[in-house]
Amino acid sequence: MTTVHTSARDRVRPALPMREQFVATTTELLDQDLSVALVLADISVAMFPQAKARHPKRVVNVGIREQLAVNVGAGMALTGLRPIVHTIASFLVERSFEQIKLGFSHQDVGGVLVSNGASYDSSQGGRTHQSPGDVALIDTLPGWDIHVPGHPAELDTLLREAVAGSGRVYIRTSVRSNREAHPTGGFHVIRRGGQGTVLAIGPMLDNVLAAVHDLDITVLYAATVRPFDADTLARTLGTADVIIVEPYAVGTSAAVVSEALVHVPHRVKSIGVPRIELRRYGTPGQHEAEHGLDPAGLRRTIGDFLFLRG
Amino acid sequence: MTILTRPDPTRSFAYDDLRHLMSLQTGDEKHDASATSTLDVLWVLYDQVLDVSPDRVEDPLRDRFLLSKGHGPMAYYAVLAARGFVPVDWLSGYGSFTSPLGYHPDRNLVPGVEISSGSLGHGLPLALGTALGLRAQGLPSRVVVLVGDAELDEGTNAEAIAAAGALGLDRLTVVAIDNRSASLGWRGGLERRFDVEGWATQRVDGRDHAALRSALRHTDDAAPTLVVAEVEEK
Repeated sequence: MTTVHTSARDRVRPALPMREQFVATTTELLDQDLSVALVLADISVAMFPQAKARHPKRVVNVGIREQLAVNVGAGMALTGLRPIVHTIASFLVERSFEQIKLGFSHQDVGGVLVSNGASYDSSQGGRTHQSPGDVALIDTLPGWDIHVPGHPAELDTLLREAVAGSGRVYIRTSVRSNREAHPTGGFHVIRRGGQGTVLAIGPMLDNVLAAVHDLDITVLYAATVRPFDADTLARTLGTADVIIVEPYAVGTSAAVVSEALVHVPHRVKSIGVPRIELRRYGTPGQHEAEHGLDPAGLRRTIGDFLFLRG
Repeated sequence: MTILTRPDPTRSFAYDDLRHLMSLQTGDEKHDASATSTLDVLWVLYDQVLDVSPDRVEDPLRDRFLLSKGHGPMAYYAVLAARGFVPVDWLSGYGSFTSPLGYHPDRNLVPGVEISSGSLGHGLPLALGTALGLRAQGLPSRVVVLVGDAELDEGTNAEAIAAAGALGLDRLTVVAIDNRSASLGWRGGLERRFDVEGWATQRVDGRDHAALRSALRHTDDAAPTLVVAEVEEK
């Protein structure tokens, strides 16, 4: 019988949670760059008292009006500002999707959308506050960078880079976090092995490492899924059995993984949040286990895919 | 039978030329000015109100006009051509594959077009962001957004109307073309929805150029303004 480690994240918490890191970094960026604006929709407003006091015209709370928040950000971008629009993922992306599509993409202006409440973070909030489809939705639009930081330090780096740029960026923060930060950018090689490759995305890394700790398998890690780092995957590929583990809707990156391997006979297994109405509350850890995203669940799925015994 | 002639591209155009410029897009002369609800408002804005010109489409200090009601933009294109933002030659290609002039305007294709519109209920929220962005940068430009009375059915406008009033966006003006086309109507008039949120409101004859000019030139020291331009019932 295979021993599977318990979820590391349930035992270890980072010094500064990701949402607090978002506030700290954004506050600093507002101080440093007069072109940066922050648009809020009541969520996290109480966390920005200093920024609001110092920059009352660049920190705007439009109230519980998420669609307005997105288009206000887009309108600010039309005047040359670099907007950061922030609220819960369900409302930032799902409720306001047409505003993202038309306000930013169709107008062809840049901006940075930062969500909290990823997937099942709000486990006790029920389906209304869960949006595992957010990355897939954004991915229907051309040209968006999508970051899924797995650690507050990664968020800090990615947010600074996003704000310094001019493009359209979606950053998905989470209460789930890995113990260690890793380099941002494309895939980072965590370990190499001969039985296949696991692509661990964002907060999924620690659970993946716990699940495959005794397997001869390559593990690549990325906090950025769009653009997708096909080069590193191709360059490090051994046995062309590839598993991608994403903390949002299962299959979100299946097409880009297949495209990256189009010249190689391969098998791909997508692991992520299944398309179900769970109708359970409890903790994020319980949701993770129910979705098969805890170390034990990942080990079962990966083992089955690789025809492993035990 | 009406014989179409192309206006001389070297001369300036007047209001009376708009009917002909529109006909270049539609291929007939049926689009009498009275059948085009936005035509007079657009002409007065570009002729007598907005601080914009073809050589200043990137000027941070220019006024911004946002056509939220992007449906049926022939009058808009005609005015843009008359004022020199786009070549008159473009008009005849309206809606064709290689033309920059589509059935809904695209700001990335047409000089002087501030927003790409078509899906209703986006222009006013974008205008709020534009007004807030200009205010944050200390720029005094006006932001004028044209909506239709039926377009105001879209709930996104309700979000924007309340927020603009609360935020005191005094450089923002909504001009609402009222041809009573909202399916369920607006009991008590459109302006009641704005008035309760602190907007300064006026209702004028949408065909009276002097009245439009006066209303559209007016701004309030502390509140956004609404001009309801009443035209023939659809």
